[in-house]
Amino acid sequence: MAPSKKSSVKQSEGGNSEISYKKRINTKTELLLQSRRHANDIFDVLEYLQSEKEKEVIFAINACQKIFCALLERGDLYVGQLPSEEEMVEGDRDADEKYHIFIRHRYSNCVELLLDNIGHEVFQVKEAALTALMKFAAAEGQHPLQKLEFSNHYNFPLELILVIVRCLLSGTEDMALLISRFQEFLEMDDVRYYVMSSIRDTITRVMDRNKRAVMPVFQNNVFTLLTNITIPSQSAEINNFLIRQEGKSPLLFTFEQTWLTFLKYKLPGNMYKKVLVILHDSILPHMNDPTLMIDFLSAAYSVGGAVSLLALNGLFVLIHQHNLDYPDFYKKLYNLLDPSVFHVKYRARFFHLANIFLSSSHLPVYLVAAFVKRLSRLALTAPPTGLLIVLPFICNLIRRHPSCRVLIHRPSAADELCNDPYVMDEEDPAKCHALESSLWELKTLQSHYHPDVAKAAKAVNQPLPGLEDDLSKLLELTTFELMERDLKSQSLAVPLEFDPAGGLLKSAKEVLGVHFSLE
Amino acid sequence: NSSRKEGPAKALLHKATSSQIKNNAFEVKINRKKFDVLGRKSKHDVGLPGVSRSKAINKRKDTLLKEFRLKNKANKFVDRRFGEYDTKMAPEDKILQRFALERQRTQAKKDIYNLNEEEELTHYGQSLAEIEKLTDMVDSDSDSDEKGLLSAELTASNFGGGGGLLRKKRPGENDEDESQKHKSRQELIEELILKSKQEKRERQSQKEEAQELTEKLDQEWKSIQNLLVHKTPKAERMEEPEKPKLDDYDVMVRELGFEMKAQPSEKLKTPEELAKEERERLQKLEADRLKRMLGDVEENATQKQSHLSADDLNDGFILDNDDRKTLSYKDGKWNSDGGEEEGQEGEEGTGGEEEEDDEDGEDDGSGVDDEDDEEEEDEGEGGHSDLDSDQASGAEDEEEEENDEGEEEAAKAKPALSEEERKAMQEAAKAELPYTFAAPESFSDLKALLDGHSAEKQRLIVERIQKCNHPSLAAGNKAKLEKLFGFLLEYVGELAMRTPPELATVNIFIPQVYALCQLFPAAAHKVMQSLLGDSAHSMEESIEVKGRAAFPGLDMMIYLKIVALLFPTSDFRHPVTTPAFVYISQALTKCPVTSLESLSAGLVLCSLAVEFVSLSQRFVPELINFLLGLLHMAVPADTLVPPFKQQGKASKLLLLSDAEASNSWSRKAIPLTSVHRVTASTDLEKDHYRLSVLHTCLDLVKRCTLLYRQLPSYVQIFQPVRTLLAKHLPVQSYPSSLQELHREILEAIPETPSKHAPLVFEKKKPIPLKLLEPKIVLDYGKKRGNTKEERERERLKHKYKKEFKGALRELRKDTRFLAQAKLSDIMSRDAERKRKVKELYGSLATQEGEWKALRMKKRK
Repeated sequence: MAPSKKSSVKQSEGGNSEISYKKRINTKTELLLQSRRHANDIFDVLEYLQSEKEKEVIFAINACQKIFCALLERGDLYVGQLPSEEEMVEGDRDADEKYHIFIRHRYSNCVELLLDNIGHEVFQVKEAALTALMKFAAAEGQHPLQKLEFSNHYNFPLELILVIVRCLLSGTEDMALLISRFQEFLEMDDVRYYVMSSIRDTITRVMDRNKRAVMPVFQNNVFTLLTNITIPSQSAEINNFLIRQEGKSPLLFTFEQTWLTFLKYKLPGNMYKKVLVILHDSILPHMNDPTLMIDFLSAAYSVGGAVSLLALNGLFVLIHQHNLDYPDFYKKLYNLLDPSVFHVKYRARFFHLANIFLSSSHLPVYLVAAFVKRLSRLALTAPPTGLLIVLPFICNLIRRHPSCRVLIHRPSAADELCNDPYVMDEEDPAKCHALESSLWELKTLQSHYHPDVAKAAKAVNQPLPGLEDDLSKLLELTTFELMERDLKSQSLAVPLEFDPAGGLLKSAKEVLGVHFSLE
Repeated sequence: NSSRKEGPAKALLHKATSSQIKNNAFEVKINRKKFDVLGRKSKHDVGLPGVSRSKAINKRKDTLLKEFRLKNKANKFVDRRFGEYDTKMAPEDKILQRFALERQRTQAKKDIYNLNEEEELTHYGQSLAEIEKLTDMVDSDSDSDEKGLLSAELTASNFGGGGGLLRKKRPGENDEDESQKHKSRQELIEELILKSKQEKRERQSQKEEAQELTEKLDQEWKSIQNLLVHKTPKAERMEEPEKPKLDDYDVMVRELGFEMKAQPSEKLKTPEELAKEERERLQKLEADRLKRMLGDVEENATQKQSHLSADDLNDGFILDNDDRKTLSYKDGKWNSDGGEEEGQEGEEGTGGEEEEDDEDGEDDGSGVDDEDDEEEEDEGEGGHSDLDSDQASGAEDEEEEENDEGEEEAAKAKPALSEEERKAMQEAAKAELPYTFAAPESFSDLKALLDGHSAEKQRLIVERIQKCNHPSLAAGNKAKLEKLFGFLLEYVGELAMRTPPELATVNIFIPQVYALCQLFPAAAHKVMQSLLGDSAHSMEESIEVKGRAAFPGLDMMIYLKIVALLFPTSDFRHPVTTPAFVYISQALTKCPVTSLESLSAGLVLCSLAVEFVSLSQRFVPELINFLLGLLHMAVPADTLVPPFKQQGKASKLLLLSDAEASNSWSRKAIPLTSVHRVTASTDLEKDHYRLSVLHTCLDLVKRCTLLYRQLPSYVQIFQPVRTLLAKHLPVQSYPSSLQELHREILEAIPETPSKHAPLVFEKKKPIPLKLLEPKIVLDYGKKRGNTKEERERERLKHKYKKEFKGALRELRKDTRFLAQAKLSDIMSRDAERKRKVKELYGSLATQEGEWKALRMKKRK
């Protein structure tokens, strides 16, 4: 009596099917719920779940949800180890029991079909299927389908959740939208808990099956789902379980384990960055033992480039709060400085952290001087927003370490011309001779085209005033904001070009017209 | 009387002995000084109390005592005899002199030649004989007597007095004397005053009367004279010989008077007036055009036709021209001659290209003699519309009309206009540009106005809008034109974004945009700012969402170029150019180069950046970075610079597909349109395009090396470029001009960095040491005025006090002196009385003694 056998039931017959399928499904649903005699009508309803028209499918899903929730409520589903349908016929059971077994089988059919529908291409269908499944899960929780040995045993439709999670963590399709829909269920602590353990299972299973190769879509889905799991800040709040239970919550432990499992495998590049971006404020604080992340972070830090920049943040938390001792930390930090720091998206974060790392007054002078010199050298290629960060940054460093002042003020050798002794390519800050150099780069930047930058660079012409510049406002400065400063300032008189313009490419200082023509 | 007379004060005060006094130790009082102040000269260290006292006493005697004596006296006696108060004169001399004077005076008055008369009886020095005549000698006509003041003669004559001495009195004494007299005869004097006033009044009225009479007489005479002139010309002629002489002069004077001296000419017209005239003219032309469009020309045209038939060439142009004449030459300047018309006709015939030339050589083009100055000025301002009027509906019409109407025009040569012709004319009028335009209220309005016209015409339209809405013509025009600027820019942007971009039209609009900007800088900068801001904002948004943004479109490039044309890019901070810089920088750092088009766009921005800083030589890091990034694309090795990202195929965008392409390449400018679409389709064309891009790129790098040569980090900045060019760039496959550029750049960048002096702080002015002097409080807490006013006040107070004290002392001395004087008076009076009493007693005693002696004698 599998649904496939009943293929004779037609999904659509031309124009009037629009109304007819609704009516038919509705009547069948009512009939089903009215008496057991119409139990076979359920096949018709299930048939609709496979329909090609999404409207019908959605309608059918809703109907199924209604039917089975009601049936679960009534206790019409067979409880316990489900005998197969063949056994059911053989065994000597009364009609009531047979009916229950029959309904239970249809229920599992329905669940299968719904899981199939989660993979449907239309989002509405997916969404409906997902909500229906979650409704089932909730109903099952109330009316467990397993026999309970102990009356007050905690019970949760673990298997159902597991299959749902497996579906969500598809290896072929980006489920981000559906996962964001799923987020509303993750509000519940128990759901969160079981979902996490299911994720862990799934990861291990899937990754092992794929021989630890990178699976971007799958990992992306896992990441999305994981990031949607928010851990309440206080553990006292973690009692919002669907089913109440006394005792300690294993939530944090599971959370930690899940992340560790996830990070254990090789990640694709952008995933790496994504993880690192959220690591310090949504993962580390909720871990029982953040030091477990040390391996991951130090690996990331040695990757280089943007990834290293991002790993800095997590490392900082570990160093700062968990006494992590990282060898050659500053040397690595020094080598992180390359022209790209001014162009990456995480520029603000990097300078914020660098500011913290270099805030200690116990750092050796050569190191600070090396940082200062390198930054100012790099500033020669930086955009104005970057320059507005790095120039006050350099000034702050010199303020903190007065012995670095020789970089901008060396009266002892004021008249001797010299080459820049600084070695840009040297990796070791101790050997780059930064302290013997001068910041000619800042002198260059004094003729920068942007007035604010030029002004900031001119600060080194005079002895620096005692107070440090506040970097926090400059860190997030965007180019447009920089532009707005000038756009919004109400200037009284606007100077005009006095040279009359005769044509587009006919000015006194024409450069564009030399290379381009007006066609 | 004589007892009261004061003798001359005794001035013989030890004049010869003053030195003796000074040397006399008893006379001298030395004022002891409490402190000896160096350098101070004191006048009062030595005093002569005796001398000064006697001086004071003498002074009092002269003044105070006199006053005292004259106290309560109503009058006083002044002796005016000669030498009365002269102490030096001996009494005998005085008498002699007086006598001599007396004689002289009596004689001086007399006729000196009258030798007979020895003596005349006088009364107070005047002969009695004359007085007896009682002739009024007073010069009643004299106007000099003033306001009731009586002349001495008058009083003398009227009152028979005043004394002989009266005339010799000094004026001050005279007054005194008189007042005393007046006091005694108050009423008399008042009477006298009244009299004199009356006299004066009478005199005045007499004078007036006399004047009136003479005037009257004059008038009467004139009336009679007229009669005389008419009646007796001969009598006149008698006088004429004199008259012509007068006339000559008169004529001369009159001529000079009426000569055309600097007659107030027509005042120079203000821009408002000019604009108003211009608008009126345009309105008139527009009205004519409308008329023609409605077909009201017929009668006029036929009439004129008959007039001009002599010059008619029958080629149809005349007719056309003719009717234009009716529409546009009300001022009649076109009537001058037909030959010129023909000449112009010929010009028109040559077509629209000449139009521009005509505009340039405005004055000769218009070349009509009786055109007045202002008109020419108008033309100077913007001659296109004038040109139209001159050439009667202008060359543009010609372009359009001529072809379709060629046949019809021949027919028009006939005197009457047929219906079709009229229709054709109406159409022509429709095709012609209107002369007045309302300022567009929205961008779509402007677009509707401009759409479908040629570039030149579009410019004309904009120009006319500008003229018709000159800010001085109406209140709202300023706002309208300000809006027009915005719309025009928007339109320029739209032109640039069309496919294909109509950059030639944009080019033509530039002078208009410039002019408008000069008129309304505030509005212009607002518009530019908002354009830049909007574009930058959208770019920023796109960067935030997608992490990158496409290069801005050609419209933004054009806007940036216009910014450079309208505003000075060399300003340190400028409300428009600084954001424009930031905009360029943003585009150069955030927009990835992924296609041939974006290469072009990037290079346009780079050229603009170089142009922007060409004067100020400011450092633009993004520019060099971007150029370096582009050059990396031409290198087969897999390298890049930070803002550029690994993008697979795109990172080798400038690599030549075939080295052979460089042989057939010749340098020519890249069209601006390549920002939107590169036309190259074949590999060869693409390679040519790449070579052009490379050429531009290298040239810009070269310009940068020249610009930034002075920067201290010059070598550090260009080192990556040098390394790339020297080691990686496949120069050999490039054409020679590129190789040349490449070599020049390498030469411009030295391999070893140049030497610089280490940085030191700018030398500050030495701050003067703090002076730690004790604070000195001069007056020990006493508040003393420090301001000028207060000090002055203080000084005056002190002076007042001193003066007050002095005055008090003097008063005291005065009273003491007076008391002494009174006492001495009393004493002397008493002494006199005692003496007299003594005398009396003495005489009585002698009388008694005599009497007793007599009685003794009798007894005896």
